[in-house]
Amino acid sequence: MPSNEPELVRFIQGNEACVEGALYAGLEFFAGYPITPSSEIMEHLARRLPRRGGKFIQMEDEIASMCAIIGASLTGRKVLTATSGPGFSLMQEALGYAVMAEIPCVIVNVQRGGPSTGLPTQISQGDVNQARWGTHGDHAIIALTASNHQDVFAMTVEAFNMAESYRTPVVLLFDEVVGHMRERMVLPQPGRIALVERLRTSVPEGVDYHPYLPREDGRLPMSDFGGVHRYNVTGLYHDMWGFPSDNPKVVHGLIRHLVDKIENNVDAIARYKSYYLDDARTVLVSYGATARSALHVVESQRRKGQKFGLLELQTLWPFPYDIVGEACGRAKQVLVVEMNLGHICAEVKKALNNPRNVFLINRIDGVFISPTDIRQALRLIDGRGV
Amino acid sequence: MAIDKYLRERFFPHMWCAGCGHGTVLNALVRAIETMGMSRNEIVMVSGIGCSSRITGYVDVHTLHTLHGRALAFATGVKLSKPELNVIVPMGDGDALAIGGNHFIHAARRNIAITALVMNNRIYGMTGGQYSPLSGCEVLAATAPYTTIDPSFDVVALSVAAGATFVARCTTYHVKEMIDILRQAILHEGFSVVEILSPCPTYFGRSNKLGDAAEMLRGFKEDTVPVGSAAKQKNPELIERGIFVQKEKPEYCAAYEKIMQKARSAAGETI
Ligand SMILES: Cc1ncc(C[n+]2csc(CCOP(=O)(O)OP(=O)(O)O)c2C)c(N)n1
Ligand code: SF4
Ligand SMILES: [Mg+2]
Repeated sequence: MPSNEPELVRFIQGNEACVEGALYAGLEFFAGYPITPSSEIMEHLARRLPRRGGKFIQMEDEIASMCAIIGASLTGRKVLTATSGPGFSLMQEALGYAVMAEIPCVIVNVQRGGPSTGLPTQISQGDVNQARWGTHGDHAIIALTASNHQDVFAMTVEAFNMAESYRTPVVLLFDEVVGHMRERMVLPQPGRIALVERLRTSVPEGVDYHPYLPREDGRLPMSDFGGVHRYNVTGLYHDMWGFPSDNPKVVHGLIRHLVDKIENNVDAIARYKSYYLDDARTVLVSYGATARSALHVVESQRRKGQKFGLLELQTLWPFPYDIVGEACGRAKQVLVVEMNLGHICAEVKKALNNPRNVFLINRIDGVFISPTDIRQALRLIDGRGV
Repeated sequence: MAIDKYLRERFFPHMWCAGCGHGTVLNALVRAIETMGMSRNEIVMVSGIGCSSRITGYVDVHTLHTLHGRALAFATGVKLSKPELNVIVPMGDGDALAIGGNHFIHAARRNIAITALVMNNRIYGMTGGQYSPLSGCEVLAATAPYTTIDPSFDVVALSVAAGATFVARCTTYHVKEMIDILRQAILHEGFSVVEILSPCPTYFGRSNKLGDAAEMLRGFKEDTVPVGSAAKQKNPELIERGIFVQKEKPEYCAAYEKIMQKARSAAGETI
């Protein structure tokens, strides 16, 4: 009934774009704990979810929030929590549980300055490596980001889709600038973006169901708690029924499965945008709000006839080494623009044969990096003086 | 349905030490469920980490073995998402009230219809006998070689103060009593807490020279009295058993239903 649809063009905050994306993807359960600069996500969901029969709960802390969404996911719901640095730190143990027990869920981290309470209201991208390695033990993870509200919406939908496809937690690493800035966003009509729904087992009642036995295509059909299949879920190494096992074969098989299901699909998970890369001699690599300033510089250099290009990463983990190698391999120099001490810069260096051509352009003082900042850094790198 | 239908018999013999009280809790819990004739498909059992928490592995219902201390937080997600499920959360004393203490009081405060069992052996069994917040003063433990100076929580008083609407205590000596209390706790429409005194002869018993499992059980028999009995007046050291609180208050998931109605009518007004 398109005529009853509300206005499709909206002027909103990035955090609201994330809410729209989550609801579009079919979010049914949210648990969270307020923290700047992510709180708008939970405030909007507190209003929106109950209207559509969804569940919303403000928990006693972020540990509980992460645990609650895992419990709700097991009953068959699409689930979300949202936080920022300090809360993301608290979630790490349960995030690892979701990795181990293969529970689809989405975690938003609207990054602020850290460590500790840091800079609550200012931008940083300092949690990139925490998203990768914040929980203990070897594992793989998916983390996505975006630089504008349309992409925040799209990546949020993607996050829910990937969580279901790979039976895994997915981290959305936004930042304070994108989260709080207001800009235009077009809300796609239902059905425009394909959604991945929970893959449920077709095994009938009374027949042995294996919650942890991958199908030929690698996916693991689930059975909702409350359904006809009773099985065990644990954070211990477990067999195909979900029961604890320390059999070396089982342990080895499970850790390989958990890592391979993601690392073997790097290209399928990779989301990125290319600007003027075909003949670029200087390639900027950036992501999140920072990519906006980088794009501004690239376009102004192009207008001056300089062969600049931008690779904007949207999938940060698993890191798309081949795609980055392809995009930057022929460049004279590669400049990684990010607001931390070089988390993604280190990965870009790994992706290239000549890491000495890779330079970090950053700001770590809570002030959003501007095109002027980038141009100044360029002058220094080129040896042209301040 | 016969008792054994509720058990995953292929995992027996169980992992608990001889004389451990946790097996008795399993027995009583399964019998309590059986008397109610509940379908196994409508029960979700959520536990944390500890010897006690291994109980979920042996029961043929939907089982969720989670993180140390976090069982009630996971269970809150399960219950709010699907309120029609019966959610039972067996925990250890450290699990429920040290690392999980915050989740415990908040689940009680919300009065969400979850049955919380505190299998209290006054010790960290799984990790080798360190003291817990229920050990109490002047006991020996692996981390208290000169005796403890930490007073213990009173689980009953704490639960009542936090807002639980069913609060009871029993022991693994008084099994029939335990079955009856567990049944009432599971049927209760609100947050229910059952503290179960359960012996750990391996650590608490041995380090405090309390004798073997039989002697520890005799201790439960001699040191406890039914709630409200005159003996307690004469000897305040005695521990009371039975149901302390059983009252009605709005249950969380039911209250949330009303919020959904409110939200829908508010949305209707604005369109
Ligand atoms: C975050 C975390 N901290 C510590 C541990 C180690 N640990 C496992 S069980 C346990 C205590 C168990 O004691 P209790 O909860 O009383 O259960 P019991 O074994 O006595 O039944 C501890 C400290 C853990 N698994 N996770
Ligand atoms: S260590 Fe104690 S609590 Fe653990 S199984 Fe043995 S007796 Fe039971
Ligand atoms: Mg204990």
